[in-house]
Amino acid sequence: MSTDHAQRATRCLVAKVGLDGHDRGAHVIARAFRDAGFEVVYSGLHRAPEEIVQAAVQEDVDVLGISILSGAHNTLIPKVIEGLRSYDAFEDTLILVGGIIPEEDKPELEEAGVDAIFGPGTSTEETVAFVREHASNE
Amino acid sequence: MAELSDANAQLYESLLDGDHTALARVITKIENRAPGYRDLLAALHAETGTASVVGVTGSPGTGKSTLVDALTKQYREAGETVGVIAVDPSSPYTGGSVLGDRIRMGSTAGDMDVFVRSMSARGRLGGVSMATADAVKALDAFGKDRIIVETVGAGQNEVDIVETAETVAVVVQPGSGDDVQLLKAGILEIGDLFVVNKADKDEAAGTVADLETMIHMDAAPAAGLSAGHHGPNATDSEPAAVDDGGWTPPVIETVATSGEGVDEFRTALDDHRQYLVDSGTGEGRRRRQAETEIRRLLRADVGGLAEEVLDGHGGIEAVASRVARRETDPYTVVGELVDPLESAVEESLATRPEASEK
Repeated sequence: MSTDHAQRATRCLVAKVGLDGHDRGAHVIARAFRDAGFEVVYSGLHRAPEEIVQAAVQEDVDVLGISILSGAHNTLIPKVIEGLRSYDAFEDTLILVGGIIPEEDKPELEEAGVDAIFGPGTSTEETVAFVREHASNE
Repeated sequence: MAELSDANAQLYESLLDGDHTALARVITKIENRAPGYRDLLAALHAETGTASVVGVTGSPGTGKSTLVDALTKQYREAGETVGVIAVDPSSPYTGGSVLGDRIRMGSTAGDMDVFVRSMSARGRLGGVSMATADAVKALDAFGKDRIIVETVGAGQNEVDIVETAETVAVVVQPGSGDDVQLLKAGILEIGDLFVVNKADKDEAAGTVADLETMIHMDAAPAAGLSAGHHGPNATDSEPAAVDDGGWTPPVIETVATSGEGVDEFRTALDDHRQYLVDSGTGEGRRRRQAETEIRRLLRADVGGLAEEVLDGHGGIEAVASRVARRETDPYTVVGELVDPLESAVEESLATRPEASEK
């Protein structure tokens, strides 16, 4: 007989990809997630897409938040998603993108598998609420 | 072996096949105490016991993660696969946490044969040791050659690491307080070896000297708490201070950021592992770890039974109110609650005479 109480937590990876040294936003969102009671793994700066995939797979995160302000999102983000698919880790991961994403690029990213894109001015409450509503949290 | 649900049987097979995603999901189940996790662990148990498990602990900011990264790199260069479990504290208020150790594991990023998993303390009773020990089993069964458990040394957690690791390295940084700090219970007793990281700092020599003095004082006749430190002639900071009578923890200086001293660190870890084999103390250690684990599970399950009995009596609040109103007292209450358990235990022992034979 097992009397353990299940102890679930929403696990998130906050990731910075590519040549982009601006991590203030990533830090703010990491703190907001932490304060919301989530477990946040922070990738650190300048990660290659495959490093982010590795981290997301190994940490078995429910949410992958990619912060990108370099403009290279159309190249880098599909690579991350492709990598997740190759490890069978795409379906159960909520993929969020934060940063400067031009309006005309959004449909393509969403087509690729991004669940939501949060631009400048998004409140942290909004992002947290979105995660609460949509993260699979197994 | 336990019966696995279909989903868990699949996970189990995939894990043994070397599927990284399956390994990650098994650890999640373990962490979440998800349904069936015990059956999974029961099945995995037979597959474990081959990995070398090292614990690295120390105060925040001493450079544990960087050191673990440097060590991992060396293991990889030697062709060994590595699993790392990095434990960070969680907020006691929200339960949330930022797990930042992964940032320091840069030198092997992208290498799937290094499996890094960040774990939060999740405010668990008994520290994180149960979930950590269980996650170590998953990595061991997966076939990792080396497993490193990194915990922040805050209070009880660092003592818990002893229950998981074969070899415990305590990392300190220069100038981290006088020898009284090092006297604080727990620090000296748990270290099989000590690392003074950031050894390029001025105060390093003093910290090394302090540590060595304390270790040798600890090696005096009264030493009994730890794995038998003694030997009056252990006078140097060279690793491999093994003598026939026991193990004297070496003090190693490293600069993890440059890789200086990491060779010596790795050698000292291997020396200790060899010592455990040669002296036979490793066996005792493993048995004690199993004892602790069994006791803990037992306590958790019996505690769970007690909770059920309590619920059957209207729950803690109802019972407590009666006590608070002085209608009864806590001793009578607990006596009443435990009575049926007690008689069940007596009955089951009476019907199993063979249980008393051994």
